Amino acid sequence: MQFFLEPLHYEFFRHGLIAAVLVGALCGLVGVHVVLRGMSYVGHGLSHAAFGGAVIGFVLNFNFYIGAGIMGLFAALLINQLTKNRKIKSDAAIGIVTTAIFALGVAVISQQRNLNKSLEAALFGNILGITDSDLMIIGLVTAATIIIMFLSYRPLLFATFDQETAQVFGIKTEALQLLFALILTLSVIVAINIVGVTMIAAALIMPAMTARMLTDRFGLMQLYSVIIGVMIGAGGMFLSYFFNIASGATIVLFGAAIFCFSVMVRHVRERIALQANFHRHGNLIHSHPLNSERHNHDHTIGANEDVKKRAHTDPPDTNR
Amino acid sequence: MSPAIQLTDVTTSYENNVVFTRLSLQIESGQFVGIVGPTGCGKTTLLKTILGAQTVFCGQVLLNGRPVESVSNKKIGYIPQLESVDWSFPVTVEDVIMMGLYTGRRFLPWQSKEERERVKDLAEKLGIYSCLRQHISHTSGGQRQRAFLARALISDPKLLVLDEPTSGVDIKTQHEVLHLLGDINSQGMTIILTTHDLNAVASHLPWVICFNNGIVAEGRPRDIFTNDILTKTYGSDIIIIKHGDYHLIANSTPLKFNHNT
Repeated sequence: MQFFLEPLHYEFFRHGLIAAVLVGALCGLVGVHVVLRGMSYVGHGLSHAAFGGAVIGFVLNFNFYIGAGIMGLFAALLINQLTKNRKIKSDAAIGIVTTAIFALGVAVISQQRNLNKSLEAALFGNILGITDSDLMIIGLVTAATIIIMFLSYRPLLFATFDQETAQVFGIKTEALQLLFALILTLSVIVAINIVGVTMIAAALIMPAMTARMLTDRFGLMQLYSVIIGVMIGAGGMFLSYFFNIASGATIVLFGAAIFCFSVMVRHVRERIALQANFHRHGNLIHSHPLNSERHNHDHTIGANEDVKKRAHTDPPDTNR
Repeated sequence: MSPAIQLTDVTTSYENNVVFTRLSLQIESGQFVGIVGPTGCGKTTLLKTILGAQTVFCGQVLLNGRPVESVSNKKIGYIPQLESVDWSFPVTVEDVIMMGLYTGRRFLPWQSKEERERVKDLAEKLGIYSCLRQHISHTSGGQRQRAFLARALISDPKLLVLDEPTSGVDIKTQHEVLHLLGDINSQGMTIILTTHDLNAVASHLPWVICFNNGIVAEGRPRDIFTNDILTKTYGSDIIIIKHGDYHLIANSTPLKFNHNT
């Protein structure tokens, strides 16, 4: 036990651990909507735009969060605006806008060579350099996101499932989309310090996709995703300490391993559920939904004519 | 009493293409109307115009005598084309029905006791109570259609709008869905639907609009399902076989095969 508690004696580790846990919960919560809206590429793109903004902000002597925040939000709004034109698909808009802003940042770096070292942290994450003020910002963004997503759970779920119908039902889908773009941008910016620009998409998607493998219910998916995000953040930090590997990369690799495990669990559970319900009546093999009423089983040949008439192969109820 | 829906000289477009110009249409309260026409003729755009979800360049759309854009609580139940639904989305039948109540003032994510009772009652009436807890993809075509119908009905709308509710389901389910809608209409609800199934319209609906970038004809199916009107609507020769009270509509030039074996 002492072995596992050892890293907690160091302040830098404690700070990093708190940041990783908070960002894990944040990415887990936001990631569910990112995945279900088919926006996985957005997180990746926004982090690049935020990086461009951070570089420009650095040159203009702004705080990291101000530069990254302004540019990230600008990119999110521009993408939103461009995709209103049906000829520009969202992946194309993301590719153009965010890469252009990232390129602007790279162009600035090439002119200001002294920036290379300080911005390496933004590219690959610098969890061990987390300060008290970083922790405060991460905590504020996480708390605000949890409150907003709790209060807008219902309209967000409806709009994520079926935006067009939600609008007809009277939900302000455009306002919701802007609110979500703001939440996503802030989440990406605070997560940059943990996993870095290059790995942020994975941090957003992995907890949500792992949770999706474990449940078919939206509410549970959100809960599981937050728990898994926290587990990945904390687990990744400890593994990073014990194996002396970069924290951001360890968190992402640990998340990938948990995702693979969840895929296997889902596969095994589906097979077990299917096999448990398959059974034979003479030459007839059939299955029941898990919670359906069972019929009489007389397995003598020819004794189940009525059963054969009702034979079915409904998919098993795999709701969890 | 104002009509349920009134369109006056409405012009609208989709992606810079004018869909219909100066369209006027009136649907009275309690009517059950089917809109038929070829693919891409503007049926869905017409529904969206009625729903207030389509930009109108000129003309006026009134719901119960009030401009559609000024009505905050439109009291409309809408069922989109089910082909556009993401069936892998993690929701159960119960979750889908609950969405119909998500426009209310309750902010808490979980259901209240009253909401749960409303969902159960409606699910029982529509015959989907047993699959409330099932994932939406684990239900049959008829159950899915009923789940979306329940979502549309749970907020007690005055008008029900359905975009191709009979597509992608077998003939028995089609029959069940239309009879269910007939029952709902008999309780006073105004219903408008689009469909490609002319035979189903001929045998189930009291009023039909033949549409092709504008109204070609409207009336009772037995009156307007004529060779002339349907040929004009679809731009293809269509024949109508009358058998007692039934109308069977078919393409007039069936494909001939050479069966040498």
